[in-house]
Amino acid sequence: MPATPTSPAWTRSARAIVAAVRSGSVRARAVADHYLARIERDDPLVHAFLHVDPAAVRAQADALDARIARGETAGALLGVPVAVKDNLCAVGSPTTCASKILEGYRPPYDATVVERLRAAGAIVLGKTNLDEFAMGASTENSGFGATRNPHDLKRVPGGSSGGSAAAVAAGFAPLALGSDTGGSVRQPAALCGVVGLRPTYGAVSRYGLVAFASSLDQVGPLALNVDDCTLLMEVIGGHDPRDSTSRAGAFGGPTAGDALAGLRIGIPAEYRSDALDPQVRAAVARVEQLAVAAGARLVPLELPLTQYAIPTYYLVVTSEASSNLARFDGVRYGPRGEGSDLSGMYGATRGGRFGDEVKRRIMLGTYALSAGYFDAYYKKALQVRECIGREFAAAFAQCDVLLGPTTPTPAFPLGEKSDDPVQMYLCDVFTAPAPLAGLPALSFPCGKTPTGLPIGAQLQGPCGSDGRLLAIARALERQLALDLSPLEAPRGA
Amino acid sequence: MELEPVIGLEVHCQLATRSKLFCRCEAGFGGLPNSRICPICTAQPGTLPVLNEQALELAIKAGLALSCQVRTQMKFDRKNYFYPDLPKGYQISQFDEPLCEWGEVAFEVEKGVTKVAKIRRIHMEEDAGKALHPDGLASSLVDLNRAGVPLVEIVGQPDLASPAEASAYLQALRRTLRFAGISDCDMEKGSLRCDANVSVRPKGQKEFGTKVEVKNINSFKNVERALQFEIARQGELVARGEKIVQETRSFRDTEGTTVSMRKKENADDYRYFPDPDLPLFDVGAPRIERLRAALPEHWLAKRKRYQEQWGLSDYDARVLTEEPATARFFEGVVAAGLAPKVAANWIQGEVLAFLGETKGDIEELKTTSAQLRALIAMEEGNELSHQAAKKVLRRMLESGGEPRATAEALDLLQIRDSGALAATVDAVLAQETKVVADYRGGKETALNALLGRVMKATKGKGDPNVIKELLIAKLKA
Repeated sequence: MPATPTSPAWTRSARAIVAAVRSGSVRARAVADHYLARIERDDPLVHAFLHVDPAAVRAQADALDARIARGETAGALLGVPVAVKDNLCAVGSPTTCASKILEGYRPPYDATVVERLRAAGAIVLGKTNLDEFAMGASTENSGFGATRNPHDLKRVPGGSSGGSAAAVAAGFAPLALGSDTGGSVRQPAALCGVVGLRPTYGAVSRYGLVAFASSLDQVGPLALNVDDCTLLMEVIGGHDPRDSTSRAGAFGGPTAGDALAGLRIGIPAEYRSDALDPQVRAAVARVEQLAVAAGARLVPLELPLTQYAIPTYYLVVTSEASSNLARFDGVRYGPRGEGSDLSGMYGATRGGRFGDEVKRRIMLGTYALSAGYFDAYYKKALQVRECIGREFAAAFAQCDVLLGPTTPTPAFPLGEKSDDPVQMYLCDVFTAPAPLAGLPALSFPCGKTPTGLPIGAQLQGPCGSDGRLLAIARALERQLALDLSPLEAPRGA
Repeated sequence: MELEPVIGLEVHCQLATRSKLFCRCEAGFGGLPNSRICPICTAQPGTLPVLNEQALELAIKAGLALSCQVRTQMKFDRKNYFYPDLPKGYQISQFDEPLCEWGEVAFEVEKGVTKVAKIRRIHMEEDAGKALHPDGLASSLVDLNRAGVPLVEIVGQPDLASPAEASAYLQALRRTLRFAGISDCDMEKGSLRCDANVSVRPKGQKEFGTKVEVKNINSFKNVERALQFEIARQGELVARGEKIVQETRSFRDTEGTTVSMRKKENADDYRYFPDPDLPLFDVGAPRIERLRAALPEHWLAKRKRYQEQWGLSDYDARVLTEEPATARFFEGVVAAGLAPKVAANWIQGEVLAFLGETKGDIEELKTTSAQLRALIAMEEGNELSHQAAKKVLRRMLESGGEPRATAEALDLLQIRDSGALAATVDAVLAQETKVVADYRGGKETALNALLGRVMKATKGKGDPNVIKELLIAKLKA
């Protein structure tokens, strides 16, 4: 599909915006105004954003233009508006995690990734919707209303970074930040037809990312294409002394040369199950063929522990979440419920303001960590987690990367799974294993269904192979030659 | 049936760091409420802990000073519970893998009788804030200045057999931590806190009785009071044939009693699990060995050395190893060249006596060991009489100042010039004709009487040796 003429050419990529702004052919203010206009016009239908402050966005753009007028044109993201998931703290805007328990909360500090965006000349465009505290796979669990998929407004955008993925797909922002705990960047990227990277654990600072499951949470970039995704990753990645789990050099950096020639691509049998939608299966098979045609070799292999990833993942994340969310007690910040005594106040605050899915996970995690159950649940899950890590390591002895579908199906209709948490949890079947092993994984568009729903393919690699995954995805993206420009308007209204 | 108590202490000690355990806020005592807080120690969403390595090193030193085994790899765990003074809803602590294990504390049960109690473990943790419930206020207040302050918890084995032993153990433990520079261990400021586990059992029985934990013991005096009350209470229950309930009790200072806080059935399940924000930390054997090598001398070793190497009495050695600052001052004077025994006499007779009278603190002494040494050098050089030197020191301790300047200001420097003294000697000889006659008549002691007269006439400032020589010379003439 050719790009429609209504949007300027530079809306096709963040790199184009940087070039245009740096050269002076477009002012940062004009870029900001374009995206603000798109949001104003179409976001009432999509509801990708929870907070946009147009005056503050224009002020950031004007400040950049003043800098540029003085000849200061440094900054890898000069003039690029970036949508930020609302579980990342940014001064000047609320951070709610789409939860009523943080309604009106304004953080006193910038997350490290936001600090790095600003330092690179980016504009913080607004805060995007998510499943409450990033718990969900459809962005329906938001305390402030669901986000819709701009490719079909009756369908979900995926989650939990559904707002960020939808914003990029809909042309509301050229770049977005999400967070990925069990697939929360990759799954919505796949369902919205954009590129999303979950970096190696530790490659991006978590400082300022409101914790859901600390041992799995990673901030990740979302973009229209792989080059833009790489650009954003280069800005946000790198060691941060404020995060003890962050590591220098974990990102790996880009690799030179032909990414596909001689590449050994592992194809796990478990990723071709009968539950897989045939259209998704066909789209991924096409990627395999293109890779082979470009000189890669397919390595069939087995990852039998894949079936244990979901139960393991849900024990680990609920356990950590039950502790991470204890701080939302109404004592120091956020709204406080009324109670006649301390426990009444806790009950009114937490009982009254957390959503059902959050409560479900807090209860599950509290149970899993309780005396008498700890060994059978939490400890067992950690042991299985170790085994999954070893299984991946063994696989990467045979191949360089793993290729498969990001999700079992394309975007599903709103409400279809919202009453069945287990069905919702199964959305993570292909995305949950990598985080358990700390691995980087990337979803990129690989086709569409006949009705126009995007399909994503996933690449997974060993720790530190982020740069290589991006290079491979870029090569495949060229082979696929899909139209990667943003939508001119949401569909299916 | 005769009962014996079994006691073990759990001691929390604040590490003497400048900043908190996981953020850079000031860790010291005091400050306006909530003036020493930041996004991290108030648990703003998204913040993360970063370990203060100075705190880690002090905790390792605590373990080494108490002869513990120290782990080369360490993890932190979360202790989960809700309370308004606990910002994150969990305390970062160490559960199943404490930094240090199996140490010991030697303490004196009575003079000359030393006992050793085992330490089970020492772990690091962060302090909570403070919840205040002021009278007349419908709501409670929370001060988070203390939240995140670094602590070690030192858990003793139940090796203590009486309240007196518990008190002696705590004193010895405190002195060890203070001498090693780990903490000021000031119970009034809360930098040393003590809980006690107490049970009673028939004398000779091996099995322990039911344990009761006593909290809120906030002074040394109260350690013995609380234990005495609790042992008596448990003894009465046993005598009446009643069961002792496993529970936590709180000591009430005003009544000298303990009251039940919570029973075991209601005990919290803290749901400990490894803190995923703080990965396994490599302490490293080289670091432990470096700290071991740099560890200050143990106070018991000092006490022994003062006696064996420097010939001090047991009493002197004890007094000088009571406080680290006293030992430091004493060793400073000795290092400056004074004989240890002389130094000990001066410090006890003058410096400590002065501090006792004025209720002063040796840490805030206005006189340095070098100044004391210089003063005594003036006495040795006959520039000051012994009495004058004491007067000068007193003034120095009160107001500070150098010894010579102080002696001059007090006009206490000895007159040693025979020319200056001759006139006085002549005058005395002219006046005391009877005594002069006695001396010349062979009464040797009459010389001392004449010396005394001259000294008096010089207001004590004349150098007695010079005067004596003058007297003899003039009397023979």
